[in-house]
Amino acid sequence: MADFYKNILERWQNISTHRFFWPVFFAAGLAFSIVASAFDILDLYLQLILIYVGINIILTVSLNLVNGYMGEFSIGHAGFMAIGAYTASLLTVNVFPAGALNYLFPLAIIAGGVAASVIGLIVAIPSFKTRGDYLAIVTLAFGMIVKSGLENIEVIGGPRGFLGMSKLTTLPWVFFWTVLSVWIIRNLVYSKFGRGVLSIREDEIASDLMSVNTRQVKIIAFVVSSFFAGVAGGLFAHALQFINPRMFDIIKSTDILIMVYLGGIASIAGSIIGAVIYTILLEILRPLGIWRMVLMPLMLVLLMIYRPRGIMGMREARFFVPLRDLLAAKLWKQKNKEAPDASA
Amino acid sequence: MPLLEMKNITHRFEGLCAVANFNFQLTQGELVGIIGPNGAGKTTVFNLITGVYRATEGSIFFNGDELVGKTPHQITKMGVARTFQNIRLFKELTVLDNVRTAYFGEATYSPLEALLHMGRYRREETKITERALELLSVFQLDNAASELAKNLPYGLQRKLEIARALATNPQLLLLDEPAAGMNPNEIKQLMDFIGWIRKTFRLTIILIEHQMRLVMGICERLVVLDFGATIAQGLPAEIKSNPKVLEAYLGEEAAK
Repeated sequence: MADFYKNILERWQNISTHRFFWPVFFAAGLAFSIVASAFDILDLYLQLILIYVGINIILTVSLNLVNGYMGEFSIGHAGFMAIGAYTASLLTVNVFPAGALNYLFPLAIIAGGVAASVIGLIVAIPSFKTRGDYLAIVTLAFGMIVKSGLENIEVIGGPRGFLGMSKLTTLPWVFFWTVLSVWIIRNLVYSKFGRGVLSIREDEIASDLMSVNTRQVKIIAFVVSSFFAGVAGGLFAHALQFINPRMFDIIKSTDILIMVYLGGIASIAGSIIGAVIYTILLEILRPLGIWRMVLMPLMLVLLMIYRPRGIMGMREARFFVPLRDLLAAKLWKQKNKEAPDASA
Repeated sequence: MPLLEMKNITHRFEGLCAVANFNFQLTQGELVGIIGPNGAGKTTVFNLITGVYRATEGSIFFNGDELVGKTPHQITKMGVARTFQNIRLFKELTVLDNVRTAYFGEATYSPLEALLHMGRYRREETKITERALELLSVFQLDNAASELAKNLPYGLQRKLEIARALATNPQLLLLDEPAAGMNPNEIKQLMDFIGWIRKTFRLTIILIEHQMRLVMGICERLVVLDFGATIAQGLPAEIKSNPKVLEAYLGEEAAK
């Protein structure tokens, strides 16, 4: 029996590290999500939950880049989300012609991401000088500025919020953006910039002395992270069709933090697991009403005590690791084993 | 032209003068030791050369280029690498990734190519990975390539730190107390090792050390610092009997 499972596991690992795995997975998922939403295979409630799962995966993976991989503590992620949500909504409601909305929706989402990443660039600047607790406070303040800023701009509804968006966020779009964000952040992590991000977490001075341009790396991490937070915001706004500044307060940022630390820092697989578990658990526990909000933080407390690094903490599922990195040491060993034979 | 030239370098930490009017010249290929009692300013000198601190006064020339005002990664790219007194590896990264991180300055692919894993990314990553493994095999660390750096024994961590520094392809290597925490037998091995990397990688080396056995054994020239000032310079044999040096180490009374 054990052999049977081992066999399956091995086969799965072979499949999951195949170079066509990602394209095939992507095409199949996209096809399924299109069919599922077009022919009502999944009921609308289930679709909505899946949409939230996707949005939360994007938020979690992107926050993990700064909090897990880079080791900074950003508490302002919902602020970037808000900027993306408002930018995309303003575009679809006030700027884009109503007839072409379906085609222009991706543009609105990208615009939301770009707007958020421009602000991310500004937040990256204090990170040159401060880190740890102090940078956490900077990001906390940033979140507050965004929220109260939005509350005081009457044109976009102020504290009453903004509405009028059509329901443009569909399952296929969410799937597309989720896979894209996971893929791009995974690519970043397994590149020289990713190693730069990690080395900043480990020892910033040593990193700088090993030729890592720490400022450039920090900018890239913040910009990419906030870009996808903005994307998630845009998708969120067009799924709910209503936004107000209170949705993007510190509670929302805390939610994302919980998903990051539940799934595990510095792990893409962990972020996905964390986002899925947390989103679905919140739905399952809905009958508990207000007690839900007692139970979830309690879970976080227990998690921090018993598994401070989260479910996957610092570990990665194999199929997120590029083949080169996965096999480098192994291939080298093989090559070295052959070499003495050749010379003998 | 000297490889490294420090002219009238002074560095103050809010009133405390860590290095005072320090002058130093280094020729290509030399192995020079910097010694001195605790707090004499030895590590500060390294931090000034590598750009961790910016000198309050004076200038530092490396191959004729001014180093004061440059950032550490720029200076590293120019060919200065260092190790640390208390090992500063990237502990949660693998041995391989510790070394690969140091190729940051050499890889030329852009952030966009990294995000999409396209263009120069593939070619350069393959090259970097191979070169890192080659370097590790020179240090006999290639079998531990996928271990986390924190799981290596102490001696190997020291070795890995030197390997990581060499990955930046330096001309000048700064070793900050490489023998700290080693027993006499290990120090003997370290002496051979330093001599060997010096020859293999054609390095110029500056060494900070407390272990007199090591310093006297391999350094061609010594600089003695005390309270941030040079109190003596010369051949190891001369330094040994220099009254000023004895005074700094043993105190005024004992030196008499």
